[in-house]
Amino acid sequence: MSLFPAPSPSGVSVRPVNDEFHGDLLEISMGPHHPSTHGVFRMQVTLDGETIVKLKPVFGYLHRNHEKLGENTTYLASMPYTDRLDYLNSMTNNWAYAIAVEKLAGQPVPERAEYLRIILAELTRLLNHTCLAGFLLQDSGAMGTPLMYAFREREKILELFEALSGSRMMCNFQRFGGCRVDASPAWLAAAQGVVDAYGSFLDEFEALLTGNEILMARTQGTGVLTPQLAINASVTGPLLRATGVDYDIRKVDAYGLYSRFNFRVPLGAHGDTYDRYMIRILEMRESIKILQQALRELPAGPVMDPKAKLRGFRPKAGEAYGRIEGPKGEIGFYLISDGSPNPYRYRVRPPSFVNLTILEDMCLGQTIADAVIILGSVDIVLGEVDR
Amino acid sequence: MTWPGLSLFSLPLAAANPADSFLERAPLLLRDLLTGALPDPWRWLANSLIAIVATVVVFASLFAVMTLAERKVLGRMQNRPGPNRTGPFGVLQPLADGIKMLTKEDIVPRSADQVLHLLAPITLLAFSILTLAVIPYGRNLVGLDLDASVLYFFAAGAATELSVFMAGWASRNKYALLAAMRALAQLISYELPLLLAVVPVVMLASSLRFTEIVAAQGSWAWGFFPQWFVFTPWGFAGFLLFFTASFAEANRAPFDLPEAESELIAGHLTEYSGFKYALFFMAEYFGMFALSGVAVTLFLGGWNAPLPFLTMVPSYVWFALKLFPLLFFFIWVRATFPRLRMDQLTRFAWKFLVPLALINLGTAAFWSLTTGWSGPLQLVRWAIAVTLVVGPFVVMGRRLSAGVRPRQYRYA
Repeated sequence: MSLFPAPSPSGVSVRPVNDEFHGDLLEISMGPHHPSTHGVFRMQVTLDGETIVKLKPVFGYLHRNHEKLGENTTYLASMPYTDRLDYLNSMTNNWAYAIAVEKLAGQPVPERAEYLRIILAELTRLLNHTCLAGFLLQDSGAMGTPLMYAFREREKILELFEALSGSRMMCNFQRFGGCRVDASPAWLAAAQGVVDAYGSFLDEFEALLTGNEILMARTQGTGVLTPQLAINASVTGPLLRATGVDYDIRKVDAYGLYSRFNFRVPLGAHGDTYDRYMIRILEMRESIKILQQALRELPAGPVMDPKAKLRGFRPKAGEAYGRIEGPKGEIGFYLISDGSPNPYRYRVRPPSFVNLTILEDMCLGQTIADAVIILGSVDIVLGEVDR
Repeated sequence: MTWPGLSLFSLPLAAANPADSFLERAPLLLRDLLTGALPDPWRWLANSLIAIVATVVVFASLFAVMTLAERKVLGRMQNRPGPNRTGPFGVLQPLADGIKMLTKEDIVPRSADQVLHLLAPITLLAFSILTLAVIPYGRNLVGLDLDASVLYFFAAGAATELSVFMAGWASRNKYALLAAMRALAQLISYELPLLLAVVPVVMLASSLRFTEIVAAQGSWAWGFFPQWFVFTPWGFAGFLLFFTASFAEANRAPFDLPEAESELIAGHLTEYSGFKYALFFMAEYFGMFALSGVAVTLFLGGWNAPLPFLTMVPSYVWFALKLFPLLFFFIWVRATFPRLRMDQLTRFAWKFLVPLALINLGTAAFWSLTTGWSGPLQLVRWAIAVTLVVGPFVVMGRRLSAGVRPRQYRYA
């Protein structure tokens, strides 16, 4: 054994073994029953005092054969299953899957449906980031207050979803070639009301804790992720942009009609927990701009391509990968068709799962209290990680 | 033998001397009514028993009220109603909680240290009640008027952390062990600023007895300005230091690291259930009452009225009126702030609170040396003392939060 341990990928050198001088290391299994693992997730942590020298994420407790189910059901029947991937963001999951199938079948989408999809996706982004900010502050010990305020706003968006799709969280709203139903003028007015009020909610939320010294001391400089490591681990979403890498699929692919919209992509500089928190807050403010524009410019017309075929849908043989910028990062679906009603291969590229792989690198050398908020700032949903 | 209780009805409701009024003397009269007929050594014993029972009963009911109030206030601050199902406005919630706690199964882990596991909540509660004994709640209301009650209070208060360590160690649970470690580190770090913040009061009042410290604050300058220690520069700083450190002593947010829920599940309470858990809970609230009560006694004038003509209101009412805002403040802070990390917690104590408390000691010394200054010199005295308090606070506060600031973000 070498006297000087090799530094970990994140550049932090840690003590590898027990020895008499330093005393014993303490192994703790955080989870699957733990208040802040955000579901049935487990971190096998080895501690030196309170410092983490080893962290092994263990997951799979929520595995339910999602991809195999996708191969054994028709294309359309998989749509409700995608709701259950990242159960906070069913609208974006639906959209990503719809894009993949539409690519496979060469199915066009009417303009109104594209606008509606953008509205719903940005509302989902607001919902997800609000929840995340609430949970992150809860994990840092702020006793429920930010979480409760976040959930109050989330509820408003969920009510919109329920009014439109019939379900709060399991929306099952997108179809290949458009959306299931059209939004009524009353719904659009309600959405406009929520969007208009959201900016002031964000101001209030930020006034509570963003500039708080304890929060800044807790999050600044902890859980640093370098851009190199982030790119090598194919991290996407706010996590990647917090490291300063300009990569937003809304800009890169300009899928849907995003090229028509004016919005900016906020970038962090340090890649620490505070940047990850702030990037989400700033992204929400950009989302509000997109929503205002989309609600203003929403064109009339059908929301479903009249030629679209739902029953007996058999795309020609081939393969397609559809991806969008979900709130948590790149959510993609890879489909291979052999001309039958079911996909030959159905593969999900879940952002939470990929983003979770660098958890140990961010946590090494930090304390156990930091590990909790670092995990919170990664933003995982176990339904998507385990599939 | 006389029957002192008989004189009870002959007393005026409002007397020229506030100390003689009926409401002020009511506790004494009640005690004499109950025990006046007993022979001397027995009477002393009975009086002590009455004091013990009264303290425990009053604070146990205050604990019940406080749990409800905390949940209600927290609920309101978090924009939800709080408990409202049991009785009107949920007022029976503490009763329901108590019944639930009492009927729950008491689970002891097989590998736990059975004796220590049982002893920890009992000793914790015992020491917490001991701290409550010496605080003067009113003119005639002090359980035990010790010579060195300040020392007694902090000795008993420090022993409570030992029970937390005991609980953490005996549970044989890794989270509990980490919590025990944290509790000890917190005890060593925060006992010092807590005590140092009190030393100036002892210097200026030249007594270690709580009742005399209260008496030293019992006058009014120019007939309306109360001479409470909090209204002096060193007293104000001392009050803030004491109150900050007492958050850590009472294990309350944002210094609730031993039971940090999001990290250590429940810390030292992880392996406790049922009535033992309730005892821990109770002891923590007792600790909070005791520390708030001492903050009132040492800095906020104790049971003294803020204005001379208000002395017709009994002293214990004034004590309660000063105690409740402090308790409310505990809840308010809990609903607002995130938690510190362990290393930040200790750094905050050693690099900020302890030096400030030491400097404050010098300020208090200066203040007591210059009591003779009058006229324009009085202004000079205030100016120097305020500088001695504010200057170090600003300088060290800057150093403490160096490198931590809001950031500007660029857009692609």
